[in-house]
Amino acid sequence: MENHNEPIYLYPVWIRLWHVLNAVLCLLLIITGLSIQFSNPTITVRFNVAVAIHNVAGVLLSFNYILFFIGNLFTKNGGYYVIEVKGFFKRLKIQFHHYTIGVFKKEPAPFPVTTESKFNPLQQFSYVAVMYTIIPLAIISGLGLLYPDLTVNGLIGISGLDYTDLLHLFCGFVITIFMCVHLYFCTFGKTAFSNFKSIFNGYH
Amino acid sequence: MIYRANIRPAWVVLFLLLLFAVAFALVKSTDSSSSGKKVKPVENTKIVNLEQFPVNEKCLRCHGQSKYTFENAESKKISYKRMYSELIIDRNEFYVSNHKGFKCTDCHSEDYLTFPHPGNLRMESKANCIDCHGGDEKYAKFQFEKIDSNFMSSVHSQKHSEEFTCWMCHNPHTYRINARTNENLQETVAYDNLICLNCHGDVTKYELLTNKQQPNILQKHDWLPNQATHFINVRCIECHARNKDTLLIAHEIMPKNMAVKKCESCHAKNSILYASLFKYQVKENIKKQGLFKGLFLSETSTIGPDQNNTLNIISIVLFSLTILAILIHAVIRIQKSH
Repeated sequence: MENHNEPIYLYPVWIRLWHVLNAVLCLLLIITGLSIQFSNPTITVRFNVAVAIHNVAGVLLSFNYILFFIGNLFTKNGGYYVIEVKGFFKRLKIQFHHYTIGVFKKEPAPFPVTTESKFNPLQQFSYVAVMYTIIPLAIISGLGLLYPDLTVNGLIGISGLDYTDLLHLFCGFVITIFMCVHLYFCTFGKTAFSNFKSIFNGYH
Repeated sequence: MIYRANIRPAWVVLFLLLLFAVAFALVKSTDSSSSGKKVKPVENTKIVNLEQFPVNEKCLRCHGQSKYTFENAESKKISYKRMYSELIIDRNEFYVSNHKGFKCTDCHSEDYLTFPHPGNLRMESKANCIDCHGGDEKYAKFQFEKIDSNFMSSVHSQKHSEEFTCWMCHNPHTYRINARTNENLQETVAYDNLICLNCHGDVTKYELLTNKQQPNILQKHDWLPNQATHFINVRCIECHARNKDTLLIAHEIMPKNMAVKKCESCHAKNSILYASLFKYQVKENIKKQGLFKGLFLSETSTIGPDQNNTLNIISIVLFSLTILAILIHAVIRIQKSH
């Protein structure tokens, strides 16, 4: 999906550090989260170990998110997440068409990576959805589960903790799906592994 | 193509977070002002001037305090003696206990009315729960016979001599029904756990019954996640006694290697806890709050396997479809590239 020959420096050091830490923590949180949810001592991590790791990883991820958040408020990188509403749905359709049909015909990427736009419309949409909706909700609901006294006492007879739990599970599920799809789309570089190299050297 | 607009999503999220914080603070402030009303004062705390009161006062004049006075028959002098702590009956506790309506001499020999008490009274056999409560239709619903047979197969009965009686845990002078009358679950849990800790948390009492070294309860339970929360909300007997559907309060205390140690024994749909206190609690909830609210409240869960099966299936199906889609896409891509 790249048309340029010159590698462009797209990922500054702080983004790369944030990204690697975020990936490792998310992976840990998914594994331990599943262990807590299905708590089956024979196939998952032991419950109390899983809870301890999940809590620590969750807190670390929250601090890491603050780095991402502040970084994207004040640096150039935050601009890539700004969605131009006009014609966005049309651009989404073009990108979707590329991924479902065009890519098999070896058509060039409709929205190639430039210093002006790092993400294609589908990436932009999913990254904004995950990073600015799902992750904050996961952090807030996780905080509610860590300190149950923080949750509201209940609505229509169901404990506030249940709503918080459900929201946290939903966020965890979406993040899990996102990670699988995200990993697969990383193989869409010049070669299947070129995007994985970018994670470490910063050049696209 | 122009991607830049004026507002970065981070600013939007920051604004929403602030809104959320304000709304949360408002909800919490109304929450805390209403939850303060929940705790009910303990009933019947007033000492009533019951019929047996003057009779009992004869005994309690000495047994109601830590010292007693008597006239020495030989020297005609007034003497003070210390009362053994086990023989002191607290009036305040006795007159709110289940047995508050009894005269001392209903259970103890009338010969105790003379002082000094005749020496042979030391040999007097003491009544057990079953002696009064057994075979009585009035008490049939409390299933004292079942409790007795459960107790007989418990470690308390098996590992100790016959000296280990009901009174070891249920002091007849202070015991009062708690679970049925108290709406505050945590108070009930604390009251019931104190019965166990009376010996298991007090080395001097523990040593009276066994030569074993008293284990440190906190250390023994250090494997338990959220130990403090469990201790506040769960009774010892929930894990250490054999829970049976047929008996509300489990009395068959099991050897320590048979104690519940698996999370899913309780944190699951068919939890063992439904057999006792919580099963009762569900019934009470439904009685008080109606079927819908009562049922939902009774299944209050946090995280763990007490989960919604439908949601589980939906999530597994969605996840599998995603992986399948990725695999199909990848296979076609690889085929086309050759």
